[in-house]
Amino acid sequence: QVALLDIDICGPSIPKMMGLEGEQVHQSGSGWSPVYVEENLGVMSVGFLLSSPDDAVIWRGPKKNGLIKQFLRDVDWGEIDYLIVDTPPGTSDEHLSIVQYLSAAHIDGAVIITTPQEVSLQDVRKEINFCHKVKLPVIGVVENMSGFVCPKCKNESQIFPPTTGGAEKMCQNLNVSLLGKVPLDPQIGKSCDKGQSFLSEAPDSPATLSYRNIIQRIQEYCDQHHFQKEKII
Amino acid sequence: ERSNLAGVRHILLVLSGKGGVGKSTISTQLALVLRHSGKKVGILDVDLCGPSIPRMFRVQDNNVHQCDSGWVPVFVDQDKSISLMSIGFLLEKPDDAVVWRGPKKNALIKQFVADVAWGDLDFLIVDTPPGTSDEHISTVEALRPYKPLGAILVTTPQAVAVGDVRRELTFCKKTGLRVLGIVENMSGFVCPHCSECTNIFSKGGGEELAKHTGVPFLGCVPLDPQLSQSLEEGRDFIQEFPKSSAFPALVHIAQQISDGTSQWSS
Repeated sequence: QVALLDIDICGPSIPKMMGLEGEQVHQSGSGWSPVYVEENLGVMSVGFLLSSPDDAVIWRGPKKNGLIKQFLRDVDWGEIDYLIVDTPPGTSDEHLSIVQYLSAAHIDGAVIITTPQEVSLQDVRKEINFCHKVKLPVIGVVENMSGFVCPKCKNESQIFPPTTGGAEKMCQNLNVSLLGKVPLDPQIGKSCDKGQSFLSEAPDSPATLSYRNIIQRIQEYCDQHHFQKEKII
Repeated sequence: ERSNLAGVRHILLVLSGKGGVGKSTISTQLALVLRHSGKKVGILDVDLCGPSIPRMFRVQDNNVHQCDSGWVPVFVDQDKSISLMSIGFLLEKPDDAVVWRGPKKNALIKQFVADVAWGDLDFLIVDTPPGTSDEHISTVEALRPYKPLGAILVTTPQAVAVGDVRRELTFCKKTGLRVLGIVENMSGFVCPHCSECTNIFSKGGGEELAKHTGVPFLGCVPLDPQLSQSLEEGRDFIQEFPKSSAFPALVHIAQQISDGTSQWSS
């Protein structure tokens, strides 16, 4: 049972990617109902609260924090195995607030996404430092857009070149896990635009294999972590 | 007392609703093209959490000095035709995270707008983080008295990105910021081995959005590994790779901005 919470208040992408554009949030006695993709996958996003795709959410920090609090307090998720929180880029209000508000609930950790080039890594190191500062465990790093294989000649190009060793080198230096590398695949963008599952649409893509391996490693981390926690109790 | 922006002829903002689409890339390349056509350009980097501009000019290790009228911007070379200001120059260590809530960010942005001694510039380009929040509201408010020319909006071709950029257009409308045009970045990739073109991030979304909203379309910039490499190394792509695939589009964008200034200023 999975819940996906989108706290990118200014740029909520999750509704479109999940094929839920235009859906609205319903209220009940027990709170806000998440929008369900499938019986075991519920989603919440500010995107569902906007009446038009042109509506901009032009809010300063405190108002964004208020909505994030509401999402956590008022959404009736039911019993869930995983709550996944998608965040905007940065180390600001949204990030501080979500860590603060979830502190009592215990966060397993953060998965950090980067692309291979130094321009990206230099920001991701800051994000990792943010995690250390707020005592958020780092489950690991994913290197996205990691190489592109031309569909015609099958040669690989490094469109975003890992000039300083990519995520691999950074993870070594910072002593965090590299969960995996996901290559560029035009089908990924297409599936997201159509709101369909890339994993279902392109089961044989190398990117699918990468995603599945990464997800498995995340699940293993969470299982191990829980086991250790229960041992302590 | 003369304001620090009194000598700046044109101010333009580079915005996007979406992260990772290439705002900083477009900002730097625009500055380089304008510099090569003899203009003096400044870049104000108001992305406080992820300041990319210093490294893109290979001046990430530079420090900022004070003078009587405020902060001296960092010059990219002896020529002094491109100057920069970024929080990147103020960090003790490059990996230091700036973990600030809105009010603290707003205070620094006000300072950045008022206290940098730019001197005389033809263009001041303001590079922003993604979104429509504190940084954007504060920057537009602080710049309002200086009548910015407008904003360039950067998107990648796919619908998920365009979806956020539509909201950025609304932000511009609501804050009275003229939209100079839309750039569709990462628009196609030509394989350097066999020349096959693949639309890795789809194609046409930016152009369609421009048409749909009646905003000028400034052009498509393809994915270009030589451009990415230049940014990594802080090299001047415009000077060194005039035959590369992204070059014509970047020059064309700068040309339209340059040509437009007379009509927009009046």
